Amino acid sequence: MSAPIHIRPDETFTLNVGPQHPATHGVLRVKMEMDGEYIVKAETVLGYIHRMHELMGENRTYPQVLPNLSRLDYLGALGYTHGHVLAVERAAGIEVPERAEYIRAITVELNRVASHLFWFGAFVMDLGGFTPLMYAIEDREYILDMLEAITGSRLTYCYYRFGGLYNDIDDDFIAAAKAFIPRLRKSLKKYDGLVTGNIIFRKRLEGIGPISAEMCRKYGATGPVARGSGIDFDVRKNEPYSVYPEFDFDIPVYHECDSLARYKVRMDEMEQSLRIIEQGLEKLPDGPIMPKKKPKLIKPPKGDYYQAVETARGSFGIRIVSDGTKNAYRFKLRSPTYSNMHMFDEACEGMMIMDALAMMGSLDLVIPEIDR
Amino acid sequence: MIKDTVKQALEELFPVPEPVAEEAPPVEAAEGEEADAKKKEKKEEPRVNGVLERDYDTVGYHLDVQLDPGELLAAVLVLYKAEFFIESITGVDWIKEDQLEVVYDFSRYDFDQCRVVIRTRTPRTEPSVPTISKIFSGANWHERETHDFFGIKFEGHPHLIPLLLPEDADFHPLLKDFKP
Amino acid sequence: MSLTLLNAVVAVVIAIGFAALNAAYLVWAERRGAGRIQRRPGPNVNGPFGLLQPPADGIKLMTKQLMIPGGADKALFMVAPVLAMAPAIMSFVTIPFSGSIVAHSMNIGVLMIFAFASMGGLAILFAGWGSRNKYGVMAAVRAVSQSISYEVPMLITVITIVMMTGTMDLKELALSQSGGFWNWNLFPSLSSPLMPVAFLIFFVCTLAETNRAPFDLGEAESELVAGFHTEYGSMGFGLFFMGEYANIVIGASLTTILFLGGWGCPFGLFPGVWWFLLKIYLLIATFIWIRWTFPRTTIYGLLNLSWKILIPISLFNLLLTAGLLKVF
Repeated sequence: MSAPIHIRPDETFTLNVGPQHPATHGVLRVKMEMDGEYIVKAETVLGYIHRMHELMGENRTYPQVLPNLSRLDYLGALGYTHGHVLAVERAAGIEVPERAEYIRAITVELNRVASHLFWFGAFVMDLGGFTPLMYAIEDREYILDMLEAITGSRLTYCYYRFGGLYNDIDDDFIAAAKAFIPRLRKSLKKYDGLVTGNIIFRKRLEGIGPISAEMCRKYGATGPVARGSGIDFDVRKNEPYSVYPEFDFDIPVYHECDSLARYKVRMDEMEQSLRIIEQGLEKLPDGPIMPKKKPKLIKPPKGDYYQAVETARGSFGIRIVSDGTKNAYRFKLRSPTYSNMHMFDEACEGMMIMDALAMMGSLDLVIPEIDR
Repeated sequence: MIKDTVKQALEELFPVPEPVAEEAPPVEAAEGEEADAKKKEKKEEPRVNGVLERDYDTVGYHLDVQLDPGELLAAVLVLYKAEFFIESITGVDWIKEDQLEVVYDFSRYDFDQCRVVIRTRTPRTEPSVPTISKIFSGANWHERETHDFFGIKFEGHPHLIPLLLPEDADFHPLLKDFKP
Repeated sequence: MSLTLLNAVVAVVIAIGFAALNAAYLVWAERRGAGRIQRRPGPNVNGPFGLLQPPADGIKLMTKQLMIPGGADKALFMVAPVLAMAPAIMSFVTIPFSGSIVAHSMNIGVLMIFAFASMGGLAILFAGWGSRNKYGVMAAVRAVSQSISYEVPMLITVITIVMMTGTMDLKELALSQSGGFWNWNLFPSLSSPLMPVAFLIFFVCTLAETNRAPFDLGEAESELVAGFHTEYGSMGFGLFFMGEYANIVIGASLTTILFLGGWGCPFGLFPGVWWFLLKIYLLIATFIWIRWTFPRTTIYGLLNLSWKILIPISLFNLLLTAGLLKVF
């Protein structure tokens, strides 16, 4: 006879999801207090890929920081560098030629589509379907090839310069982009048939991981996560910057607040991005891509500047406190996933682990961007 | 306009002892661009507490509020009731003035755009600010991060342990006298 | 047929050989199939069409060190992979590939296969529990609840068929459907009009019993890392892997014998082992196709499906068939 086993009804165990776990897409660690398959309490532990970009931003001159920004989010890097150049241009008062702004908008939207495509694949893989990832990556490859041809890199772009661009786009790029748009539209229909209508997929997402609009506000969630909760907020529309006011596009908003709503928002956003690219290529003005007169050394006047842009993951804010020298006095990066991820701890309480991880996938996490 | 109502509410909350001579342009921020820029350049000495209306096109936010740490919660509550969301919290080390500044960014979800920056200063030797994580839950991580980087203590914070730095970190890298 | 010692040895060797060959080359087929579905080549470097990939994988797995994690229950940890593989091989003994190719025909063949199939759940439980890994334990609990829930509708469906044919001998079960595809149990007959539904239930249960996607909750890699075999490496993992594919072959064989007429030709011509193989590989191809198309279900969705849908329907089918058998 063995000793009697005492079972406490409140007995829970701790499950460390991460930092090396297939569902966390990087080095995120969530300490979960589990009761069987149910999560009693979750605590996110960050910092496994913290590189202190903010201190680097203080120690380097403004142009030197430029490559750092694309290391934040390796999937939608152009959006982040766009934020940085816009912030410094605002601070230093540099005028940007119109052609450069158009090209920026086109490339940012291409990058956004690439990021959403990869997210789509990875998200369905989180749910156990492998094939869509391969399809999505195949489509994304076209974008990466296009961007590689003009920027010189495939993921961590350093394409924008203060006042303009490093390189003008050529006819090949325009032709490739024009060919890509109908191609992706066709693929999006295919994805809809393969994934969105799938009953298992819908059952796993409908009503799972609810995030109310009030919760979004308390945590400062932005981007597709907020738009899936019925919040009509997109920095491109609400706080127009660059040449976005000149484009005709919609902000998809869904009011279901669940993971499926967040999925649909991103899928619809790709179509809207395609519309922007289409219009941008049509309206693309001729002209220089760098301003005629530009200060050799960028020294923004003393002050405190803020610039928000809409990246693939939400509102990315950059705060530059300048003391008039060539280095920033304070260089703050407000990353969207940081706020979005913060909600996970509260939202996943009482959920089953598979639903929680499905919801984590729907938040579109890129860990280097959270940890900065 | 939400900008004006929030400004009014904040000004009522903290009557400015020395009225800041700044009659800001009411709605169209773009009009007063040059005038504002000049005013900004003039300000060299540390600011007095109060609400300032700033030019959005040059600085990227609409209202700039500076107040004492004790008044912080009341001001944040005004923003909470006015349906603002928290954008971020960060610090700035003003080593020459021997002060640490905590900067709170707020914004709104609707098209009535208004970005509010709240600043509060605390002495460098014993930096301490009340937490706003009870009002905005999202402030929790932002405050922990600011604690990591600047060593600012947020009074009443439920879980003030390092977030981005290692668990045993006893250094604050964004202080200007930090030696790696 | 009497079972002499020589017969037994030959039967076992053939069974093991068939199981191992199938397991190895089904991995290859799965990877090539996945590649085809995902518009990529799949393994194509080793040998023509990558056909030397399975031996290469096998050598790699066999030469790796077998690691036993500290704190693991050594005995359970070591027994589990063998237990996963052995019942699968044992089940081959009684499967008739054709009228004459069968290692040992017995009159309770169906029962024996199900008895051995239940041991698969035990192996998973041993592996998950023995490796002292939280993911492993969670996966083991899932896998056991899954196999318990899916054995019930599966067995009810089989009972329906046994009732109709009046035998538990796999050979006779197959023979009772010979003649042409209209005789197959797949199609509705006078005494059992719901047979296509029963086939569907049986097919879903086979997927669930063999831990295949979309029911691969025991090794749901996006949640439980690798599920019950998280801690296994080298040949321990290899045996689990082979066991899985051997189970698939058995599941396909059983489906073929119970519903698709065994080795009978759809048109009553040239019955033989080739028809049997054709049918099971078609079924396996369907398994592969399903795996690379669907996302994974949830554990509660899976249990709900079994207890709320499959079991009531299969019970209804059983009662209906019993009643109609009395009438006609």
